[in-house]
Amino acid sequence: MFTLILYIAAGIGLALSYRKNKKKTRMALKKAWKSFENILPQFLCIIILTGISLAYLDEAAISRLLGDESGILGMGIAAVVGSIAFTPAFVAYPLAASLLAAGAGYMQITLFITALMMVGIITLPMETEYFGRDIALRRTGLALGHSIVCALIMGGLM
Amino acid sequence: MAGFLKRYRMALILVLVNAVLILVAPEKGFKALSLETRPILDLMTFIPPIFILLGLLDVWVEREKLMPHMGPDSGFKGGALAFLMGSAAAGPLYIAFPIAGVLMKKGASLVNIFIFIGAWSTTKLPMLLFEASSIGLKFTLIRLAVNSVGILVIARILDKTTPESRKETIYAAARE
Repeated sequence: MFTLILYIAAGIGLALSYRKNKKKTRMALKKAWKSFENILPQFLCIIILTGISLAYLDEAAISRLLGDESGILGMGIAAVVGSIAFTPAFVAYPLAASLLAAGAGYMQITLFITALMMVGIITLPMETEYFGRDIALRRTGLALGHSIVCALIMGGLM
Repeated sequence: MAGFLKRYRMALILVLVNAVLILVAPEKGFKALSLETRPILDLMTFIPPIFILLGLLDVWVEREKLMPHMGPDSGFKGGALAFLMGSAAAGPLYIAFPIAGVLMKKGASLVNIFIFIGAWSTTKLPMLLFEASSIGLKFTLIRLAVNSVGILVIARILDKTTPESRKETIYAAARE
C-alpha cells in the first residue's frame, strides 16, 4: 500500500517534471540512480549483516539474554543487545511484551527497545558516510546515554 | 571492474560469510538467507521511488526555497517540520540517511537534520500505535514524552559540539 503511494507520487512527479523540463528530469533520474548506486554497497552490507545477526540473535536468544537478568548486568546486556540487533518493530514490541509478562524488568526492556530504535552499530558505517566518523560516533554515544535515561525514568514510573 | 570490486568488497565478503554459514551451519545459514530476502525485495521495490523523489527534489527545489523552512534561521517552525517529516515516515533507519543527505544539500540545519533522524528512529506514528497495542498506552506515552525531549537535546548537543569548520566540510561533501 505504502509502496503503491510512493510509486504514484514518483510517477506523477516525473510526469509533471518531464512536461516542464525534459533535461532537468533526465538530470533528476541520473542523480537518483547515482545516489542509489552510491549507497547500494552499504545497503547490501546492512541487509546481510542483519540477516546473519538475526539468525543468531533471534527471539529465543534475546529472551534468554534479557529474560531473567536484572539489575546492572541486565541493563548492560539490554544496552549491548539493543545496540547491535536490528530487529524490526513488529518483532521487537510483541517480544518485549512477552518478556515483560514473563517477569523481565521495565527498565531493562525500555533500554533494549530504545537502544534498538536509536542506536545502530550495523548502520554506523552508513551514518559515517553522510556525517563523518566523529559526528556519527557522538550521535551513537548520545543515543545510548538517552536510552539509559529513558530506562531509568520508565523504571521509576512504571 | 577493479572499482566495482573495491566498492563491493565488504558486501562480497559478507555474501561469502553467509555462503560458508550455509555449508557449516545450514540451519543458521538458511535462516539468515530467508531473513535477507524481504529487505532485498524492499530494496528493489519500495526504495527506487524514494530515490526518484529525492532526485526530483534535488533538481527542482532550490536551496533558497528550503532554507527558510529548515535552514539555520528556521527556528521552531523548522524543528517542528523536521519532527513531523521524520514521524510521518515509514521504513528502516538506513533510508533516513540518504534523505538527510539531500536535505543537507538543500541547506537544512544540522539541528533539524538530527531532529529528523531522531524522529524517524523513534516517533513514527504507525510504530507508536503498534507499541501501544503490544506493550500498553502508558509505556508508549512515557517513552514518547522522554524520547521527544531526548531527540531535541541530542540534536542540540550535536549541533553545539560540531565546530563551524567541521559543519562546512560535511555540507560540502553532501553537495558533491
